[in-house]
Amino acid sequence: MAYKFDFGAIVPHWELLVDGMILTAELTVIGAVVGVGLGIMGAWARASRAPVISQIVGVYVELIRNTPFLVQLFFIFFGLPALGVKLTEFQAAVLAMIVNLGAYSTEIIRAGILAIPQGQIEAAQSLAMNRVQIFRYVVLLPALKKIWPALSSQIVIVMLGSSVCSQIAAEELTFGANYIQAINFRAFEVYFVVTGLYLVMSILLRMGLKVLGNYLFERRRHV
Amino acid sequence: MSLVELHAIHKSFGALEVLKGIDLSIDEGQVIALIGKSGSGKSTLLRTINGLEAIDDGVIMVDGKKISERDTDLLALRLQVGMVFQQFNLFPHYTALENVMLSPQVVKKQSKAEAREIAEEMLAKVGLADKMMHYPDQLSGGQQQRVAIARALAMKPKVLLCDEVTSALDPELVNEVLAVVRQLAEEGMTLVMVTHEMRFAREVCDKLVFMHQGRIHETGDPEEVFSNPKTPELSSFVGGLA
Ligand SMILES: Nc1ncnc2c1ncn2[C@@H]1O[C@H](COP(=O)(O)OP(=O)(O)O)[C@@H](O)[C@H]1O
Ligand SMILES: [Mg+2]
Repeated sequence: MAYKFDFGAIVPHWELLVDGMILTAELTVIGAVVGVGLGIMGAWARASRAPVISQIVGVYVELIRNTPFLVQLFFIFFGLPALGVKLTEFQAAVLAMIVNLGAYSTEIIRAGILAIPQGQIEAAQSLAMNRVQIFRYVVLLPALKKIWPALSSQIVIVMLGSSVCSQIAAEELTFGANYIQAINFRAFEVYFVVTGLYLVMSILLRMGLKVLGNYLFERRRHV
Repeated sequence: MSLVELHAIHKSFGALEVLKGIDLSIDEGQVIALIGKSGSGKSTLLRTINGLEAIDDGVIMVDGKKISERDTDLLALRLQVGMVFQQFNLFPHYTALENVMLSPQVVKKQSKAEAREIAEEMLAKVGLADKMMHYPDQLSGGQQQRVAIARALAMKPKVLLCDEVTSALDPELVNEVLAVVRQLAEEGMTLVMVTHEMRFAREVCDKLVFMHQGRIHETGDPEEVFSNPKTPELSSFVGGLA
């Protein structure tokens, strides 16, 4: 008895999928913006000569990079309430993504910072710039430019990784898919369509990051 | 009183003692050439003067004020002492004009208009009025080095340190940079330059400092020192170049 495909069975639930995509997009945008911001600060701390802060950030990075994202998510959502930190599904999902991307992007951005020729930093020092000024005006943009492709890939990975947030009932795209197939038992059709939707979102995200990169690093005269 | 005074400067990298007690005073308007074999400690000495290299022992005084290792002191020191490097070290994401404007704006808090006026003046001075909107990778080595000089000058330093500023250049580009340095010297800028351009040192500098194995081995008026070296080391160094 052959399985009869029925993609029409998804149609009545299309709103769930659209809502899921929107939530996935929201998680990704917030997670990416704050996560990369955290990564920039982390990378600066790692590259700076403040040993204590550098080591603390180092521990954070290794902790996150050597544990599963799902466990990090569960810890935040189910574990933190024991300390009185009670978060909604969305808040927990966003926080997990920020913390996760923050760790990976710390390492990626640090590589960019280390690739800045020491001579440029010494030139900036000789011009009497302080550490903050040197980082902001001399190091940051060229460092990000060097590692932008790697950082973009990591952001896409984090977006795809957000699918596990369905496990705490954050109503993102995979949650929608699970829900629909539980009602209509059309697992093949549902996951086939959702796979396509993730693919589309990934491609759009990559394109968006490319455009953003061009905007950030394009030769624009500032005067 | 001298503008910059170094007393008994010692500096080691690990077990390697690179500066073994340097005394040097730099007067206002003086142009000093620092010469010596590779590895004799010339760059290290120059870098101690603006605090890029911390010293192990000794005293650095600028304008009669002792420089400590505190960040605020270092920043104040670097406002007085500019530096130009062998490898230009322009910021690649800024145009020539932006390279020159950056520090006056962010460090000295000059307005954009003010910083721009000074930057244009300095770039014109080094002969690059028509290249202001170029990025470093659109400029020749000689042009990049002249931008670097303009960038340092825009901060109005009292002393300019030059570390082999022509050594990374193709031979045909050396003269355009030396001409700028010569002009600065003639205008009364205080200069300390590490150089292998012996003819230039002889013509332009007031004082020659020969370094050998981490010490000032011989010093004096360039004409005299070149024509009548007192130590065999300088004699062979000068002879080896001829
Ligand atoms: N950052 C450093 N770490 C270790 N050794 C160094 C460092 N900088 C310079 N040196 C060593 O110090 C000595 C003097 O170097 P330098 O001052 O650059 O000489 P010069 O400019 O006269 O060629 C050399 O032996 C060099 O290898
Ligand atoms: Mg040197």
